[in-house]
Amino acid sequence: MIAPGPVKRNFKLRVWRQKNGQTPGRFAEYEAREIPADASFLEMLDIVNESLITRNEEPIAFDHDCREGICGMCSLVINGAPHGPNSATTTCQLYMRHFADGDTIVVEPFRAGAFPVLKDLIVNRSALDRIQQAGGFVSVRTGAAQDANAIPIPKPNADRAMDAAACIQCGACVAACPNASAMLFLAARVSHFSLLPQGQPERTQRVRAMLAQHDAEGFGNCRNHYECEAVCPAEIPALFIAKLNREYLMAEVKTAVE
Amino acid sequence: MSNGLDAHIPAGPIDKKWELHKFESKLINPANRRKYDIIIVGSGLAGASAAATLGELGYRVKCFCYQDSPRRAHSIAAQGGINAAKNYQNDGDSVHRLFYDTVKGGDFRSREANVYRLAEVSAAIIDQCVAQGVPFAREYGGLLANRSFGGAQVSRTFYARGQTGQQLLLGAYGALSKQIAEGTVEMFPRTEMLEVVVVDGHAKGIVVRDMVTGQVSSHAGDCVILATGGYGNVFYLSTNAKGCNVTANWRAHKKGAFFANPCYTQIHPTCIPVSGDYQSKLTLMSESLRNDGRVWAPKKPGDKRPPGQIPEEERDYYLERKYPSYGNLAPRDISSRAAKQVCDEGRGIGDTGLGVYLDFADAISRLSEDAIRERYGNLFDMYHKITNENAYKVPMRIFPAVHYTMGGLWVDYNLMSNLPGLHVLGEANFSDHGANRLGASALMQGLADGYFVLPNTIGGYLATQTGKKGNVNSPEFKKAEEDVRDRTSRLLGIRGKKTVDYFHRELGILLWEKCGMARNDAGLRDALKRIPQLRQEFWENVNVLGANEELNQSLEKAGRVADFLEFAELLCYDALNRRESCGGHFREEFQTPDGEAKRNDEEFAYVAAWEHVGENSPPQLHKEPLEFETVHLATRSYK
Repeated sequence: MIAPGPVKRNFKLRVWRQKNGQTPGRFAEYEAREIPADASFLEMLDIVNESLITRNEEPIAFDHDCREGICGMCSLVINGAPHGPNSATTTCQLYMRHFADGDTIVVEPFRAGAFPVLKDLIVNRSALDRIQQAGGFVSVRTGAAQDANAIPIPKPNADRAMDAAACIQCGACVAACPNASAMLFLAARVSHFSLLPQGQPERTQRVRAMLAQHDAEGFGNCRNHYECEAVCPAEIPALFIAKLNREYLMAEVKTAVE
Repeated sequence: MSNGLDAHIPAGPIDKKWELHKFESKLINPANRRKYDIIIVGSGLAGASAAATLGELGYRVKCFCYQDSPRRAHSIAAQGGINAAKNYQNDGDSVHRLFYDTVKGGDFRSREANVYRLAEVSAAIIDQCVAQGVPFAREYGGLLANRSFGGAQVSRTFYARGQTGQQLLLGAYGALSKQIAEGTVEMFPRTEMLEVVVVDGHAKGIVVRDMVTGQVSSHAGDCVILATGGYGNVFYLSTNAKGCNVTANWRAHKKGAFFANPCYTQIHPTCIPVSGDYQSKLTLMSESLRNDGRVWAPKKPGDKRPPGQIPEEERDYYLERKYPSYGNLAPRDISSRAAKQVCDEGRGIGDTGLGVYLDFADAISRLSEDAIRERYGNLFDMYHKITNENAYKVPMRIFPAVHYTMGGLWVDYNLMSNLPGLHVLGEANFSDHGANRLGASALMQGLADGYFVLPNTIGGYLATQTGKKGNVNSPEFKKAEEDVRDRTSRLLGIRGKKTVDYFHRELGILLWEKCGMARNDAGLRDALKRIPQLRQEFWENVNVLGANEELNQSLEKAGRVADFLEFAELLCYDALNRRESCGGHFREEFQTPDGEAKRNDEEFAYVAAWEHVGENSPPQLHKEPLEFETVHLATRSYK
């Protein structure tokens, strides 16, 4: 995956520019010159922005914050792939050594009806927060907890729950899905809790409420393309979607019977 | 208690203070709580846990964050773990030991009563987080696992792989999300606080800017809580997220809140070294790695052989050599300084000579590569992505980097600043870590403040404030809005030749050189001369394009850098004033013959709380003497 070439490289960028949510966008072309191969993709954009500002042109707006792959703020579709060509990698952890000197790189926002563009490469992902608000928690009042070691949890279950809880809520799964489904995100949240004893009391209502919110936000359904799994920077397996389906079915049956 | 600074430390023996204080504090009855509006800025561990808990108690809460979701606050990036005095390992831990380790770790520059309380509530934090479903690491028997962190000889650190901060924040975010759904908390993402509003001497609201539309608006309440993190980005390069800033704290400081101990900055020993001037941030490699990694440098200066070709007897495992009882788990300030000394002697590794090795070869041969992967896999992956090196095969290259700031707004035992109504939580306050924070104690403090301390102390203030709620139509709010708009227009009107990042980078280089890992009188005086020059140049020659009424990232950055350019001066004043070395503050003039920090308890056993007295006047110093009744002041030794 490392592209051989000089320490400093030149690239052609085709970048989506859009003034705001009400104005149509378009691609604009820029030269990214003398980019160190050890610079990250976002540092490359920083360098391009510095030169734009110096020429009194508006810099490219993009979301980013921690720049170490954990906050989930960065996004970008790079050459057609959310978070770029490398697996298990957020855009902020993608380095220019993976691109060859002279490459043309196309940079777009995450595209989905439920993720409206705010400006250039920045989209509004608050729909994911509203799904969380519908049930992505265990209801426990502060101070009402028993001793932490009172419930032993088998290590494999705790590890599995952690695999699911590692989701960074970036929304790449949505951007990669032909149906713009947020099922991988939803499945990760639901599975994290359903694998643990703490999640049991609200298990039935949680999956139903979160799924209802998912649909209400305009995300599509899963049709097993597995594009989500391929781009997920936190390597959440699509197997959790199967688990989600099972959870949902059981919740519906339980609700109907009761 | 000089200069009217009263920390309101309750009377009684140290292990009874908190209990008595909770009993004696005023309460707000459940039916009345909904009459109080509480404004919280920041949604990291401290802010989110406070917002969730206060909402759950029935207060009306508004919570603001600059990120697009409260779950993205920088607490999420904390890797290694969270301390708690559970003694699940039966290795002699106790509340008293955690308290003692923290006071000693802070080089006897923290307030005893606060630290004791922190240790006291630490166990309840773990209970709370487990009940929320935080998937902490477990043993095969199903019980919680622990590991060790620097500055402790017990295993008291709970962790969730290398993503402990993420999992704890998700727990608090879950609790917050529930309250948002129930309507007790109103959340304002992509909203930046730009002014604190003071009415009749009390903080009664804030002015914010909607970062999508640019709209400036006021929010009034009965009190204001800042949980806005640290100011490490004043150095430009740090392990902080790019958006971390001092603006909320600085705006509050200029409205009367004292800034305490700004010179106490933590330089973390194990970060990936700087590789070039394009670099936008530094990445931490968790301290937990030092459980199994051994730190070394070549014995010979200028030895440029690859690490594998340097034989065992030509390596200097300097932490093990200098600090045999703590070894590689010496505290952060001490480990960082030792790395600097090695590099100053010309023994640093890598192209720049600014680095040392963190070597896992012994642990891999003792335990297997899989065992190491199980413990630190995500950290090794992260290291590989950034450096393109496989740390299972070659040692990691590490170097110290700015990480955490112990200084912050001054608060009393109730977490209220000297500006009544303004409460400050987590990294944004100064109270618990003294001159150096121990690893895995930041998460503990953020959650202690938000879940357990503030919800028990806020009633004491609110009970005195009936009928004194702020009003957004009052002249104080209108004036604060005007100030924000004026400042924004000024920034947009300069249209100079240099970018915001240029000034930020220049400031960072200056501070790192003059007020970084080592400081001295002449360097600090030079910095105090140059910072105002840089600030003046900024206001004459910065180029901020675009308008206010849109999403404008340059404008956001410009506002933050403008505040850093003012705050940096205060940081240097504080460092110049403190003529001793302690914790993260190392003054070259004050060291022992073997290069350790030399404290001066006679003259400096106090909190330096600085008052802003005007744009062109030096800040005024107030002292809160530190009295040690339980712990005996001693020379800090990890040998």
